[in-house]
Amino acid sequence: MSVLAVNNLTKRFGKFTALDGVNIEVNEGEIYGFIGPNGAGKSTTIRVLLGILKATQGNAKIFGQDAWSDAVEIHKHIAYVPGDVNLWPNLTGGEVIDLFVKLRGNNNKSRREELIQKYNLDPTKKCRTYSKGNRQKVALVAAFASDADLYILDEPTSGLDPLMEQIFQECVLDVKSKGKSVLLSSHVLSEVEKLCDRVGIIRQGKMIESGTLSELRHLTRVHMLVETKQTLTGLYELEGVHAIEEKDQAVSFQVDAEELDNVIKHVSAFGILKLESTPPTLEDLFMRHYEQKDESEVGGAS
Amino acid sequence: MAQSLFKKTGSLFRFMLRRDRLRIPLWLIGITFFTLIVPIAFVDLYASQHERDGLAETMANPAVTAMVGPGDLENYTIGAMTSHQMLLFTAVVVGLMSIWLVARHTRADEEDGRIEMIRSLPIGRVSNLNATLLVLCVTHVILALITGFGLYALGIESMGLEGSLLYGASLGGIGIFFAGVTVVFAQLSESSRGTIGFSIAVLLIAYLVRAVGDVGNETLSWISPFGWVTQTEVYANNHWEPLALMVGVAIVLGVLANYLNAIRDLEAGFFPARPGRKKASAFLQSPIGLAVKLQCTGMIAWAIGMLVMGVAYGSVLGDLEAFFEGNEMMEQMLVAEEGYTLTEQFIPSLMVVMALLATVPPVMAMLKLYGEEKKNRIDHLLGRAVSRTRLMGSYLIISVVNGFVMLSLTAIGLWSAGATVMEEGLDFGTIYGAALVYYPAMLVMIGLAVLFIGVLPKLGSVIWLYVFYTFIVLYLGGLLDFPDWVGHLSPYGYIPELPVDEMEWVPISILVIIAVILMIAGFIGYHKRDIEG
Repeated sequence: MSVLAVNNLTKRFGKFTALDGVNIEVNEGEIYGFIGPNGAGKSTTIRVLLGILKATQGNAKIFGQDAWSDAVEIHKHIAYVPGDVNLWPNLTGGEVIDLFVKLRGNNNKSRREELIQKYNLDPTKKCRTYSKGNRQKVALVAAFASDADLYILDEPTSGLDPLMEQIFQECVLDVKSKGKSVLLSSHVLSEVEKLCDRVGIIRQGKMIESGTLSELRHLTRVHMLVETKQTLTGLYELEGVHAIEEKDQAVSFQVDAEELDNVIKHVSAFGILKLESTPPTLEDLFMRHYEQKDESEVGGAS
Repeated sequence: MAQSLFKKTGSLFRFMLRRDRLRIPLWLIGITFFTLIVPIAFVDLYASQHERDGLAETMANPAVTAMVGPGDLENYTIGAMTSHQMLLFTAVVVGLMSIWLVARHTRADEEDGRIEMIRSLPIGRVSNLNATLLVLCVTHVILALITGFGLYALGIESMGLEGSLLYGASLGGIGIFFAGVTVVFAQLSESSRGTIGFSIAVLLIAYLVRAVGDVGNETLSWISPFGWVTQTEVYANNHWEPLALMVGVAIVLGVLANYLNAIRDLEAGFFPARPGRKKASAFLQSPIGLAVKLQCTGMIAWAIGMLVMGVAYGSVLGDLEAFFEGNEMMEQMLVAEEGYTLTEQFIPSLMVVMALLATVPPVMAMLKLYGEEKKNRIDHLLGRAVSRTRLMGSYLIISVVNGFVMLSLTAIGLWSAGATVMEEGLDFGTIYGAALVYYPAMLVMIGLAVLFIGVLPKLGSVIWLYVFYTFIVLYLGGLLDFPDWVGHLSPYGYIPELPVDEMEWVPISILVIIAVILMIAGFIGYHKRDIEG
């Protein structure tokens, strides 16, 4: 069952098109990774989902209700953490957490204390004295202290140290184990890789890729490192082989997934001594989309 | 060692001047303009000694003395009037300017981490502090000279060179004094807010101590730096000694601040940082509670200000009749009506001004909603189970109640002071009614603020132009003979002038209806638009 469904969402600010036909679907109990460069439209999409911005075209539904007109009803069951947490300088962290939890409706006192401990936050300090990371902790504690069905997290770890990132990941997996859903927008690709069931990549307001990680990996290249008895030749003539580098005895290169079979056949003829292959990381995937785009843009311009 | 503490003070000094190349000149221009325009206006308003003596009579009461200090009422020349009515107020403004400028260059920069960058360079530990003091000293010396020579250049008979220079020097002296106070608090407090708060507290206490002293006990006045300002007796006896006192104490404070700065850690203070509440009170946990908490300090300050303003106007009512006799300009403003005393006729003119000032805090309270939006904090609320109607409604309720309270306080202040100084007393109902009749006009202004926030939030500050327009048109309208329609462009122009006019319910009701329509339109707009951020 889909908890969140974005259908052909378009958002224009004047003449500027921030979102251009975005589609997202998050299912129950799923962690959805939402990645893209700065200014691609991640936060705009999330603000439409929160009913703070109104969609120009298309629609966004959460729990089957409209994100704009049923905002208040929806918000009773979601928790949101913004990437840039601005708080009131003269309130303490503890006060802000209580306010946020209360404004959603339900309250889970024991969880609040536990989370404050876990994130090592001093709730008696005024927000003006908090660093970016500490302000983010306030928002994270408020979000995870409430029993929500959907967590919308917009780059929630950009100011956290690695230790706190670890705790954050535990929190996310914990809510997942309870069957809740998460929309996680992030720049930390290793985090997305670790946590997310499915991933969507947005660029310049358009979704350019989405699916499970293994699905996406099919679209990209495998890293290989081979050492052969005889000197390996003829690699340059093969289709789908990239970034060839000679390293001492060995050769490293990348292979397009669909050409893998041919390449292995070719290489095995030279007598394999050693063969290492690593699956593409999300980063490769991400970078590849840029390279492609840049190339096509250059092509389009000429 | 000693030298390395002060290293590069000169460079920082120039850097601060560069940062303040607009701010300081604007302050100086503002204060000088204000200082010079008043004696010019006095020459027009009180052309003859007879008129000035009339004014002196109204000034000879404890309430006025508490507000502006003692003056040379026996020999009330233009010069004596200027120093009596203006010097102390201007000194307060100069003190505030010092506090803001010093806090900006010391604790505020430190709190935001900019001093850390500066200190990582080969720059002395107390260089920033002394560069700040240097900037302030230079600023105040310039202020002293331009106001001093400026006043003399007006060529008014009773304003001689020595008195004029002393007038300027008193302003500069009090400015340097409060620079000294603020640099000390910038070391003691950990935040710029605290620095400004403590310094303004000292300023207010100094003002109050002087007020009590001037009315009752002159020795007490000598404790207060504002007492020293009035003790200079500018344009009368021209005492220069208090000036030495101001500068002397400022130097002691400056040295103390240097010592404190040299022994403390960066970004640390001496006042212990109190831990705040660990949990939110039940009151805070709603949009309206949050909004009240955020605006609380400001609202209390405004409330006190409104009450004091009411008292200030009320305290002059007692001698009003004597004052109006023989003042042509005032008589022109108040066309004689049969059956009313001059005082009663004067009340509507007072009420317009007070109602307009009382409109400022509620409109600010409403516009705060957009201020929060610009600071990206509205997302926290709308991203939770808070509807836009509830959010805007919370701010509207605060604004509407705020306006009612502010208007009431001015009326209560005016009545209580007026009733004390007038022989036959004042009817509370009359005064309260004359004030509250402006409430519908205020509601229209609030409604306009709601409409702007809902539809054109970026243009919200246009309201202030409208308030200012109303002020000019209605306050000076009688004097400048504007046609009626000019006044009718403002809701305040439709309000019956109680108690002189009859009460008229039609325009009042129409204004209320307009206010409600504006508010509804604003709510609809707010529901439809994107939240910025």
